[in-house]
Amino acid sequence: MAVILKDETAWIKSSSDIVKVRQLVRDWAISMGFSLVEQTKIVTAASELGRNALDYGGGGEVRLEVIQNELRRGLKVTFVDQGPGIPDLEQALKDGFSTGTGMGLGLSGAKRLVNEFEIDSTPGRGTEVSITRWRNT
Amino acid sequence: MERIPILKMGELLLVTIQVDMHDQLAITLQDDLTQQIVKHRAHGVLIDISSLEIVDSFIGRMIGNIAAMARMLDAETVLVGMKPAVAITLVELGMSLAGVRTALNVEKGMAMLQNSLKGKETFGRNTQG
Repeated sequence: MAVILKDETAWIKSSSDIVKVRQLVRDWAISMGFSLVEQTKIVTAASELGRNALDYGGGGEVRLEVIQNELRRGLKVTFVDQGPGIPDLEQALKDGFSTGTGMGLGLSGAKRLVNEFEIDSTPGRGTEVSITRWRNT
Repeated sequence: MERIPILKMGELLLVTIQVDMHDQLAITLQDDLTQQIVKHRAHGVLIDISSLEIVDSFIGRMIGNIAAMARMLDAETVLVGMKPAVAITLVELGMSLAGVRTALNVEKGMAMLQNSLKGKETFGRNTQG
């Protein structure tokens, strides 16, 4: 079981909030001692998911957590929106799938940049996406 | 309104992105650059991203768009100064920025653009004669 050592929640209501989320995730990743490449990957993944929450979910919230299990410590970032949800998750996770103005790399690309990726979406209710990057100690 | 400055140097336009851009700022830059290319009859655009800590799919797409639009307006784009961590992340994200010329730094990017401008002049003279 993972224990939460620290957490913080922020809102995503405009595109400048995505910039703030990037900075917040960067600060946490630095304080946890992630390498520059690891920092860049989780910040980029968070940027993609924050934009998804804003563009498709009409905004939402982001929760940052430092988690610890028996072996290692990780940074988990969760995006929650109350938007229309994703009817076909399998399709949405494919490269190049897009209903919006993007490249369709948001979900599939973010997934490749982290160690763990969880998505839960209910049509009409909203979407929750979590990403985790582990740091070996 | 917040804007990224565009500098004119002879036939070239120079853009140094020094802030973590929000999406609207990236779109404004794309629009401003295409207008400046036509206004100044620029044949080259140099975009310096050495201060950028991340390039996500939105900013990547904006860079690709700028290069494609500039090409249609008879201008070449060279992207310079990408950090190694940004390059690694972009490729894993699934964006290789195909179609965008790159150089390691401003100096090399400038040389690249000036070379292609020279090529254009020679070609112009030969075909006129």
